[in-house]
Amino acid sequence: MSQVAQGRGRGGFIAGFLLAPLALYLTFVIWPYVQTFGYSFTNWTGQSPTFDFVGVDNYTALMKDEVFRGALWNNLLLLVFVPVVTILLALFFAFMVNAGGRGGAGGVQGVRGSGFYKIVYFFPQVLSLAILAVLFGAVYRTDEGGLLNGVLIRLGLVDRQHPVEWLNEPRLVLWCLLLVVVWHGVGFYLVLFSAAMQSVPKDIYEAALLDGAGRAQTFFKVTLPLLWDSVQTSAVYLGIAAMDMFVLVSTMTSGQFGGGPDHHSEVMATVLMRNFLYFGKSGYACAMGVVMLVLTMILSVITLRATRRERIEF
Amino acid sequence: MTTVIKAPGEAAAERSGGAGPSGERGAKSSEGMVLNVFSHGFLAVWAVLIVLPLIWLALGSFKTDAQIGGSALSWPSNWNLDAFGRAWDKGIGDYFANTLIVMVFSVPLTMLLGSMAAYVLARYPFPGNRFVYYFFVSGAMFPVFLALVPLFFMVKRFDMLNTYQGLILVYVAYSMPFTVFFMHSFFRTLPTAVHEAAVIDGASDTRIFFQVMVPMAKPGLISVGIFNILGQWNQYILPSVLMQPQTGSDPERYLLTQGLIQLQQQQGYETDLPVLFAGVTIAMIPMLVVYLSFQRQIQAGLTSATLK
Repeated sequence: MSQVAQGRGRGGFIAGFLLAPLALYLTFVIWPYVQTFGYSFTNWTGQSPTFDFVGVDNYTALMKDEVFRGALWNNLLLLVFVPVVTILLALFFAFMVNAGGRGGAGGVQGVRGSGFYKIVYFFPQVLSLAILAVLFGAVYRTDEGGLLNGVLIRLGLVDRQHPVEWLNEPRLVLWCLLLVVVWHGVGFYLVLFSAAMQSVPKDIYEAALLDGAGRAQTFFKVTLPLLWDSVQTSAVYLGIAAMDMFVLVSTMTSGQFGGGPDHHSEVMATVLMRNFLYFGKSGYACAMGVVMLVLTMILSVITLRATRRERIEF
Repeated sequence: MTTVIKAPGEAAAERSGGAGPSGERGAKSSEGMVLNVFSHGFLAVWAVLIVLPLIWLALGSFKTDAQIGGSALSWPSNWNLDAFGRAWDKGIGDYFANTLIVMVFSVPLTMLLGSMAAYVLARYPFPGNRFVYYFFVSGAMFPVFLALVPLFFMVKRFDMLNTYQGLILVYVAYSMPFTVFFMHSFFRTLPTAVHEAAVIDGASDTRIFFQVMVPMAKPGLISVGIFNILGQWNQYILPSVLMQPQTGSDPERYLLTQGLIQLQQQQGYETDLPVLFAGVTIAMIPMLVVYLSFQRQIQAGLTSATLK
């Protein structure tokens, strides 16, 4: 008797606690995602309430869109370089911070001041992308007032009359953006890899040390295999971040919603936003969204499969 | 008889010190010295690369416009706070206030709703439990971008474009995947005995949640709270789509990140760069304070969130 009452009360309790979070989540997250698929098959402008079903027209138009194809190519470049550069740097620093110091009486330990390095390196992560955009906009200034040009001129590497046009130079602009992303991300992955390294039992390192393993050997034969899971996860996260890039590109480069000079820094997200908010082609923009989603999924699966290794238990 | 308990590190040092022949040890440690200099060098260079641009930017707010256009390595000539005052008047103060208003509601609401859902999903078996959990968590996989177009019209239909409450609800919804994911794993680790004792004492489920479970989950709540504060404070895409004045008479409710970008675009015509630099410095300081005061919890939270 009382159990029935309790059971019924519990059902109400569960429903009551889930109702509001689920309703919000469904309305503002899931439903818009689902709608994107539907709208991508229409010629909806976003202004008028009426629109027609146009089948896969938006997708065939996308294939022929030179700007979108350029953006796709840039995204793919970033997708390779952002994770590779960030992970390599973060691994290198994490190893230095956690196992770099080996002087004195032996044993594996971090270098002195490792706590300080972890705090400083992580700091860019708490800055907003808007702050990064302003900061690096100033660093990349095309005159002597830019930090990079200023330093290079002082060192005599660049002529004062012809400073480097970092963000206006078609061949440089994408790599300048890449540098910002790496600067921003290394600290986060350093902390992540550090945590993984610290969860590796000390005796494994000590055994390697006793067997006469050097630092490089310890890293490649011991640390890296044990960290593989975290590296894999990081590659997926960084890949998703490289698919986005909207804030940095749209605020740091020239053109409506960025992408300049002459579409050399265009990414899919900027083309999407321009079509949605500037050209009023909402249906077309939704089709781009779907392409981005599909690519993200494919790339996550590829990354996870390509980097799959035997899991090591410890 | 006395037993000396050694620290693990000390014991290890003794063991390995005794193991190797002493000649070899000498060679090893000199190699170690070279490598130490080498690794310290790299670490220090990267630390400088992180700190230098930030300090340089903050110094820029004390320079004059002409000085900023001149050599980047010049030292500011006057140390007054004029640029900060001008930046504040230019709207940074209002943007700051707008951001605070939104977050005063959105962060607690995120925590409340997120932990309610996580708690039920973690501790009450019911049909569809796993499904609902994965449903919540899967939202973290997709870039916000894909939902933007329909989201804009959804919020418009509720007549909540350019309103605080609209943005608050959207923030809460988009923070849900991470919050549920994190709190779910946290509630699972709490002991069941306390829960049973509370049931025997006749507490209702709701009461157990608020008076027993939430206080016990405090460390987890703090970690998630900090991450949500950082994430929502730094959000740019959602407000830039949802917080635009829709008609000429609409009030401007830009948030700090939007305001900074707008200030950046304005100074293209007006050339008052010290104001822009001061604005960024103002926006940076609260995050620096939050980060430095909670960096231990942030690093610990990051560890447990990503390695579980």
